[in-house]
Amino acid sequence: MSVHVPHPDLPPPAASVGAVGWARSNLFSSWFNTLLTLAALYLLYITIPPLVKWAVIDADFAGSTRDACTGEGACWVFIKVRFYQFMFGFYPPGEYWRAVCAFLLIGGLVVYLLVDGSPRKGWVVGFTVFVYPVIAFFLFYGGLGLEVIDTHKWGGLMLTLIISTVGMFFALPFGIILALGRQSSMPVAKSVCVVFIELWRGVPLITILFMSSVMLPIFMPEQLEIDKLARALIGIVFFQSAYMAEVIRGGLQAMPKGQYEAADALGLGYWPAMFLIILPQALKTVIPGIVNTFIALFKDTTLVLIIGLFDILAIIQSAFTDPKWLGFSKEGYLFAAAVFWIFCFSMSRYSQHLERKLHTGHAR
Amino acid sequence: MVSKAAEVRLADSEIAIDIKSMHKWYGDFHVLKDINLTIKRGERIIICGPSGCGKSTLIRCLNRLEEHQQGEIWIDGIELNDDLKHIEKIRKDIGMVFQQFNLFPHLTALENCCLALIWVLKQPRKEAEATAMRYLERVKIPEQAEKYPGQLSGGQQQRVAIARSLCMNPKIMLFDEPTSALDPEMIKEVLDVMVDLANEGMTMLCVTHEMGFAKTVADRVIFLDSGEIIEENDPENFFSNPQSDRTKLFLSQIL
Amino acid sequence: MAQPRKPSSTSWWNNAQYRALFFQVLLVLGVGLFFLFIVKNTLHNLEQRGIATGFDFLGQRAGFGINQHLVPYSEDSTYGRTFIVGLLNTMLVSGLGIIFATMLGVVAGVARLSSNWIVRKIATVYVEIFRNIPLLIQIFFWYFSVLRTLPSPKQSLHLGQSFFLNIRGVYLPQPIYESGFGWVVLALLAGIVFVIMLKIWAKRRQDQTGEQFPVLLVSLVVLFGLPGLVYFAMGAPLSWELPELKGFNYVGGMVVVPELAALLLALTIYTGTFIAEIVRSGILAVSHGQTEAASALGLRPGKVLQLVIFPQAMRVIIPQMTSQYLNLTKNSSLATAIGYPDLVAVFAGTTLNQSGQAIEIIAMTMAVYLTLSLVISMFMNWYNQRTLLRER
Repeated sequence: MSVHVPHPDLPPPAASVGAVGWARSNLFSSWFNTLLTLAALYLLYITIPPLVKWAVIDADFAGSTRDACTGEGACWVFIKVRFYQFMFGFYPPGEYWRAVCAFLLIGGLVVYLLVDGSPRKGWVVGFTVFVYPVIAFFLFYGGLGLEVIDTHKWGGLMLTLIISTVGMFFALPFGIILALGRQSSMPVAKSVCVVFIELWRGVPLITILFMSSVMLPIFMPEQLEIDKLARALIGIVFFQSAYMAEVIRGGLQAMPKGQYEAADALGLGYWPAMFLIILPQALKTVIPGIVNTFIALFKDTTLVLIIGLFDILAIIQSAFTDPKWLGFSKEGYLFAAAVFWIFCFSMSRYSQHLERKLHTGHAR
Repeated sequence: MVSKAAEVRLADSEIAIDIKSMHKWYGDFHVLKDINLTIKRGERIIICGPSGCGKSTLIRCLNRLEEHQQGEIWIDGIELNDDLKHIEKIRKDIGMVFQQFNLFPHLTALENCCLALIWVLKQPRKEAEATAMRYLERVKIPEQAEKYPGQLSGGQQQRVAIARSLCMNPKIMLFDEPTSALDPEMIKEVLDVMVDLANEGMTMLCVTHEMGFAKTVADRVIFLDSGEIIEENDPENFFSNPQSDRTKLFLSQIL
Repeated sequence: MAQPRKPSSTSWWNNAQYRALFFQVLLVLGVGLFFLFIVKNTLHNLEQRGIATGFDFLGQRAGFGINQHLVPYSEDSTYGRTFIVGLLNTMLVSGLGIIFATMLGVVAGVARLSSNWIVRKIATVYVEIFRNIPLLIQIFFWYFSVLRTLPSPKQSLHLGQSFFLNIRGVYLPQPIYESGFGWVVLALLAGIVFVIMLKIWAKRRQDQTGEQFPVLLVSLVVLFGLPGLVYFAMGAPLSWELPELKGFNYVGGMVVVPELAALLLALTIYTGTFIAEIVRSGILAVSHGQTEAASALGLRPGKVLQLVIFPQAMRVIIPQMTSQYLNLTKNSSLATAIGYPDLVAVFAGTTLNQSGQAIEIIAMTMAVYLTLSLVISMFMNWYNQRTLLRER
């Protein structure tokens, strides 16, 4: 019986690791690759330095009037000066705290619900669904001792967030009902749901917004005047619930048949089975899909500009018409793009993290 | 126990595979250390060892699915290096069977076997199909020729995979844990095919945990651990009289 | 002898079938009542506002101009004509957008899988940036911050004497087809027929003899060479009308109005990111073992891609791709925001404002998009059925 003397671990040959090795295999592994690398480097050379020069080096950051923007670079003073307007629209500055409170509250609630293992989630869901909307309504709109602020004063990023959250809030339950209806074995329910879903998914959002802002007043009795923002929200909820229904349907279809059968075997009726067993699991698996539709909705809220609501993009655009600040459209659009990018990128990163956690990524 | 046909072949000293001082690294990790191995034509070699020891990596280096950084590998007198012509020639002479079968799901069993015959050996379709049917018969599933992989059981799929490799008339067959992904009742049908193949004199290099198969078929058993060849011997001596303490440990765990 | 059993009587409420029927009847009644409510209100409101119903308005005179029309149009044309003009413009921008976005998206998707680190990073940065910025912002940026800040015609940016870029648009030479060009077109058609037959013949030959024929190379030579030869034989029957500066504007040549250019740029760049992701995930979905098995059999990388990877990747890519094409077509309606005269802008915008026939107009507009959606859905279902991987 011999005792084996192990071979020592040797370092790899120099030319295959380290910076040199990495460059050889990643950048210069063939003549074609070398060509690509050089072309790419040239492309970066002609785009990045001028951009950095304009946006940072030559840019003006300090000051509060037009005169502060003298340089050849970007005029970020423009953004600084009108920052609060971009954030809150025409909301009275003295009442900003109300909006901030409402957002912090919902933000906290959502984070609590998404973190694993937080206690008493059921109560928190109930609070979020039934109590929070009332609180939010009074905070934003007024009444109960708070000054009433009409919806046409709501604008900026605040309005964007309100539209997307409210849209999502109603689209989720609506979408669940539609998804269940589409899966139903009752032909009438199924057809109604299919028609509804395909209708709202098949037309551009802009036509839906036109429809709800122009045609809703015609559809309703004369005496009922619907607020402009409410009209847009109705259109958005219909649109979003159709997409939500398809996402949820995917989750329902991916459920193993055994779950439905186990629920039946226990003697649970249709609705108890849905609420206690099927939906919690199905919704959990499609949370990444739900987040993705939320991201899409968030980007789509910019369309309300076209029907005259003042979301952040519309406010920025209207700022361009101020005679004191002409010619800064680049800075304005880049700022708007940056705000959206930060939100959307973070949310999509979170959604990818969730997909990895739930193993529902590209499963094939 | 070595079959008659293989006895004859062992006398022939033509060398099929010659590995000289081969080292391989994954980044900084030294996965294969100083491998020296010579395999004669017609020999049946079993490679075993604990998981992560590099046995799969070793045989995947033989048809350039993995690259070695140091040392030499000679297959049938051709050196395996970056030369694409060498790699092409070598791949025509080596067949490989994978743990996960890797059948092409969008083609029938017959089309799976014909693909390389038509596109690499440039055979006419009729000829290719006839060859493919012959080998499907040899692995005893000619009736599944028109089925798609998704319609076949694991054991049937692996047999189609073996037929697919055999169609190219290779001189050497590599098996990378061919039965590890199969349900127990299907392992026998695949091993039977491999035993038939061995009895016909095919040069085989097989990574496996099936020690019964090793005892039946192997000319040599090689034990690999942490990237080095610890011990090699004929099966009788290997199992009854292991030389190294590491071999003893491994055998006690699996037998 | 056993007594015949009496049928058990449960109340109809507990009978599943009756319950379902009852519920559906309720649903039909509910939906019906809802629609009745709406129709009643609508008729009343329309009467109040003095708006007629019906599609007669389509024959009325439009009275407004449209700055890009693919068919003849003037202020005297009817509202019905504006529908056609808008529809054609939508199809133009959608069609071009689909072509360019696919080209950009496929390149970016493949680049994201490249072994070259820089190329991979650039493609990733492109996708991650433009995917997360709303399309409307991108349209506005291109239109207001870039194209509208171009110099006036007198100081155009130019490439030689043929291509001019200024605030009024992109000016290109316009091809003038002289007599004899018809033969070139015929030659091209003949070339296409020849290539198709060549493919069939080459496949048959390979089946019978196993020999492969360089179909791609020969096809390219024929498709470019044959029309080329005919072109020169007929004495080059193609001349170009160059745009020329006359006074304050360029006259002659072809012009791409800045609205179309901005819309096309934004749609291409935005949709390209989604197509890139689709291509990338489609190729990644094919397991690496497939490539290994095919390489182990001796297939060259090009053939591995053609015979093993692409067929499997396409199953996943095509349905998602058609979905993106549909999205692009719907997104083209954002043309309204910058004044490009697409269907929504011209018909559901100007025509609606002038004629007041909101219901008919919006219904027609939605019907167009809905039809397109359904057609594409049916195509996708057909394709999925055809390419379904057969399983037990």
